Amino acid sequence: MRSSLILAVLHLSGLPAFTAETVVVGSKAFTESVVLGEIIRQLLEVRGIRAEHKAELGGTPVVYNGLKAGTISVYVEYTGTLMQELLADKRPTNEQEVRARLAEQNLVLGQRLGFINNYEIGVTRELARTRRLKKLSDLEQHPDLNIALSSEFLGRKDGWPLIKARYGLPQVALGMNHETAMAGLVRGKNDVTDLYSTDSEIAQYDLVKLEDDRGIMPVYHAVYLYRADLPTKAVEVLKELEGKIDTQLMLRLNANVRINRVSETVVAAEFLNETFGLNLPTGESRWGRLASGMVSATWQHLLLVIVSLALSVAVAIPLGILAYTRPRLGTLILATVGVIQTIPSMALLVFVIPVLGLGLWPALAALLLYSLLPIVRNTYQGLKDIPLALKESAVVIGLSRQARLWRIELPLASRSILVGIKTAAVINVGTATIGAIIGAGGYGQPILTGIRLDDIPMILSGAIPAALMALAMQGLFAVVEPLVVPKGLRVS
Amino acid sequence: MLELSGVSKSYDGRIILQPTSLTVAPGETVVLIGPSGCGKSTLLRIIVGLVSPDAGTVWLDGEQLTEQTLLRLRSRFGYVLQDGGLFPHLTGRDNVAIMADYLNWDQRRIQTRVAELAHLVRLPLELLARYPTQMSGGQRQRVGIMRALMLDPSVVLLDEPMGALDPLVRADLQQDLKDIFDRLKKVVVMVTHDMGEAGFFADRILLLGEGRVVQAGSLDDFIHRPANDFVRRFITAQRLLTLAGVNP
Repeated sequence: MRSSLILAVLHLSGLPAFTAETVVVGSKAFTESVVLGEIIRQLLEVRGIRAEHKAELGGTPVVYNGLKAGTISVYVEYTGTLMQELLADKRPTNEQEVRARLAEQNLVLGQRLGFINNYEIGVTRELARTRRLKKLSDLEQHPDLNIALSSEFLGRKDGWPLIKARYGLPQVALGMNHETAMAGLVRGKNDVTDLYSTDSEIAQYDLVKLEDDRGIMPVYHAVYLYRADLPTKAVEVLKELEGKIDTQLMLRLNANVRINRVSETVVAAEFLNETFGLNLPTGESRWGRLASGMVSATWQHLLLVIVSLALSVAVAIPLGILAYTRPRLGTLILATVGVIQTIPSMALLVFVIPVLGLGLWPALAALLLYSLLPIVRNTYQGLKDIPLALKESAVVIGLSRQARLWRIELPLASRSILVGIKTAAVINVGTATIGAIIGAGGYGQPILTGIRLDDIPMILSGAIPAALMALAMQGLFAVVEPLVVPKGLRVS
Repeated sequence: MLELSGVSKSYDGRIILQPTSLTVAPGETVVLIGPSGCGKSTLLRIIVGLVSPDAGTVWLDGEQLTEQTLLRLRSRFGYVLQDGGLFPHLTGRDNVAIMADYLNWDQRRIQTRVAELAHLVRLPLELLARYPTQMSGGQRQRVGIMRALMLDPSVVLLDEPMGALDPLVRADLQQDLKDIFDRLKKVVVMVTHDMGEAGFFADRILLLGEGRVVQAGSLDDFIHRPANDFVRRFITAQRLLTLAGVNP
């Protein structure tokens, strides 16, 4: 049991020693990226190279930083994104310069896969007709339109800020998940959203793309981005795919996932079978997939919560004691853990990637940091609230500082400390769902995938067990309390 | 022998205790009395090392109380405070034995000593298995006295030990406590604000007012030979309360 736990930790953490011969493929959290990740993984494996796919890793910064940190070895990026966003401060004007700038960071820009996936601004045909919308510059006359954009597009230099500035648009846009924004457009919840030109929904719902009449939007060719230390054998395999996926094909693959609800794994296998005459398995039961996903998600989630909580208890209780015994240092400690709590989880995760890479460790680090506050505070407060008469009694009878802490003060504060740990545990169960964004798995994975695919059963397969686990934590503490809180504090 | 020479204390420029000297011999009971804020509690806290004096020294059996000697000398003080000051997470027995346990006495020795003290304070031994919240106020105070006497200290200090008790329980405990002091022949310093209680226990009463000893002597001295108007008023106020049946 113990050795399997250690193995699981090592596996999830992606320690270099274990992945030396495994190629880790990354993908961003939208369907096309996941399909391409699956295609690369399966082709590598069929060519005899061990490969792993860390799927749906949040947005561009997560995947790009993961590549730089070495947690992943390859993913599919877009030329426009590289030029306008990732390398924007270096102002490359063509692919040659992009290649040179990347080489400075030991990254390699591979050849084009064959398709273009541009950002477009889209509306429904109905709205285009009633408001006479054809071009981006037409939007200026309609300040009342609700604009909902994918969060990344909303913030990127090559995204909404560029369009808003160059077209002088008055609207204020809201940011959300890309698929959610599109679903909102179709259901009439918002009027305008950003589209990827390979989105199958464009054809499915007959959406209208507004023309970039000032010609400011970059072109986004799909390209490999990989580490210079990727084994030559793997690079050779990647080359097999170059030029093999044109825009029509990519549209079709996306549609298979999003409209026909085929899993990315199967869509990728079907494509590879067709293109390379392979015989990869394509049969899979949806419910079986859901069930096996839940088992591994439960295991990963428990690991995240329990390990982070154990680490946090080991760090936070001594910090709470220190805050109590050294009041001036204590002010600093309490302020610091308070500030940590206010850092948005997504930002915190992105901060820790350069140090800890992707996967289990950064997720554990984030959860550890977030559970400090309740435990430090309750330890400090529990010790501080002990009646002065009891503290003085302990001094006067002749106990040393240390003996007072262990024999008197910590037992008297035990209930408060336990409440702090319980709070941290319950919060952790919820917060651990964000671990999926950086490849740590857990119940966040089906939630993330379910939101992306608009698949309610899949969302529930993550959300319900997470809620049950939070309840189970509460129950667990009811069992633990009599073991930790001295009997004298429980009788009356 | 407990000796204080010229101990004083002030906080933020306000004098709490003017230089005070006091010698208490084994077998003698000194009671500190006075209105709130008179410095009696500060004096007791200086003796026991909870407050360090600005000037002056405290000597216990010829050894000076310093930061270095304090921790060692504390085992020669027994301290009883209002409502016993018992630790709620420990049983009566564990409260009594906490220091002996900390000092690694062997269990048999602890057992014998606890039984001896339970007999002394007239507490059934089985009651010590209870937690403080499961005891009456009088029982808690008897356990508190056992804890103070456990290491056979030279000095017993009591801070308003009867403060939280109802009159009948109080009368019982007063008598028992006086018998114990008479038998054990220790240095006893008690703080109270009840003149009757002071007279009952004290070989010598010290009345404090505004940070200094206003008068020292027996109850008889205070009643018949008050040193000044302040003492006279203090005695009169106490009498009125007693006559009115009010428990001060």
